[in-house]
Amino acid sequence: MNSIIRTDELRFSYTTAEGVAPVVLDGVSLEIEEGSFVAVLGHNGSGKSTLAKTFNAVLLPTDGQVLVEGMDTRDESLLLDIRRTVGMVFQNPDNQIVANVVEEDVAFAPENLGVPTEEIRKRVDDALAAVRMSQFVTHAPHLLSGGQKQRVAIAGVIAMEPACIVLDEATAMLDPIGRQEVLSTIHRLNREKGITVVLITHHMNEAEEADRVIVMNDGRVAMDGTPQAVFSQVERLRDMGLTVPDTVDLLDRLRRDGVDVPLDALTVEACAAAICAALG
Amino acid sequence: MLKDITLGQYFPGNTLAHRLDPRTKILLVVLYIVALFCATGLVSYGVMALTLAVCVRISKVGFRQLVRGLKPVLFILIFTLVLNLFFTSGEPYLFEWGVLHVSYAGLRNAFFMVLRIMLLIMGTFLMTYTTSPISLTDGLEQLLNWMKKLHVPVHELAMIMSIALRFIPTLIEETDKIMSAQKARGADFESGNLIQKARAMLPILVPLFVSALRRAEELATAMECRCYHGGEGRTKLHVLRYQRRDYIALAGGVVILAVVLVLRQFGI
Repeated sequence: MNSIIRTDELRFSYTTAEGVAPVVLDGVSLEIEEGSFVAVLGHNGSGKSTLAKTFNAVLLPTDGQVLVEGMDTRDESLLLDIRRTVGMVFQNPDNQIVANVVEEDVAFAPENLGVPTEEIRKRVDDALAAVRMSQFVTHAPHLLSGGQKQRVAIAGVIAMEPACIVLDEATAMLDPIGRQEVLSTIHRLNREKGITVVLITHHMNEAEEADRVIVMNDGRVAMDGTPQAVFSQVERLRDMGLTVPDTVDLLDRLRRDGVDVPLDALTVEACAAAICAALG
Repeated sequence: MLKDITLGQYFPGNTLAHRLDPRTKILLVVLYIVALFCATGLVSYGVMALTLAVCVRISKVGFRQLVRGLKPVLFILIFTLVLNLFFTSGEPYLFEWGVLHVSYAGLRNAFFMVLRIMLLIMGTFLMTYTTSPISLTDGLEQLLNWMKKLHVPVHELAMIMSIALRFIPTLIEETDKIMSAQKARGADFESGNLIQKARAMLPILVPLFVSALRRAEELATAMECRCYHGGEGRTKLHVLRYQRRDYIALAGGVVILAVVLVLRQFGI
């Protein structure tokens, strides 16, 4: 499989007025495969959000490089192409909606790209259908719920027809229902449209269904693998100040008490089956 | 409580007045204002009043709503009335008291000036009542497009206006939240004199401004991520197109202006 985003020895430090630059990313080398669903975990200050912002040239590497479909993010002439390829959804839905009407907001990106009017209409309708928000075409965004607003924001990104969507803690401000709406939407987009998804989050449960989990710690990649492989390393995760999913936590406690269960049964069903099998 | 504030004074509807292109409506208001200032006598003012009455009728906006729009300018109306009534020179005086005197010309001037301001305000309000702020912004941007050649940042100004409109409900909601938070900690916004009340607003304004600035920064990033790079090469989802009704309405406006100009020659 081809990689859509590649980082080589990526380093990043914020430049402050005093000249003292705290290092946020300290040599990150990654490849995000096309069509995959990648979750990036880490506690606050681990560099996960900064990493996400380097993916579409909101932040530029201090050292090393980021390639998006082979395009170097530091090349200013490629800026629009890079941003059209990697769309980004942010934490606060209120601060990324531009227009007073849902359809106008979804149309914002294609309008900026100079797409012809009839084509914009089609993209807006398709994007709203993809996030199941078609019945809200002419609604005012501020009257929608948090989950609905975030789905409009996702539609606004899809209307650019990106190959990859990065969600930078896009579920952090939502209630459980809104979070579920957003998660099922992006999983569907990943499955049906083949859009690569990079999900930045600190909710362990959201990473369970990802193809791959990357754990960031102190600006470096601490762990990288399938959810099963990552979450079964309970001690290491706890050392980094992270919790594990409830299912793994339960299995871990059972093991400590001498029950022979595997640690990689992530879903509730798999977990229940594993416990049943162990108890005979 | 703050949520009840209505903005832009827009009354949604689907009448001919609502369906007209916003550019047409702006141009008609300009024509109307020019005609108003050309009107000289009772007959021409009658034509202007009749025109407005017909437009109000078409728009189905209640006459009471229109009159309510005059409330904020009541002071200016009274001021104009008094000034014209007592300080217009011209014999013979109908009434004299010290420096104050009422002449026939004064009476006439006062009446027409007040009528002119009233029609002007009501005509403009009729436009905002029947046009949503968004399409008004759109119309203005298109109408002033030629000014881009003079390096006037028309697109940017329109963008600023529409983002301001977009964030008003969000900021009102936020103000409500901050007020509740301050009240919960014992803040008092109701009692005291004017200065004390103004001071009590300070703990609301400071967090509001801080958060507005943070929002602005995040919005700017989000806009850039969606490939915003100014007005150049930008297309539109809704393109404004003049319809037959727009040409008819504009022609009507020009005819009325012409009628007023002819009446002016006769001084009526």
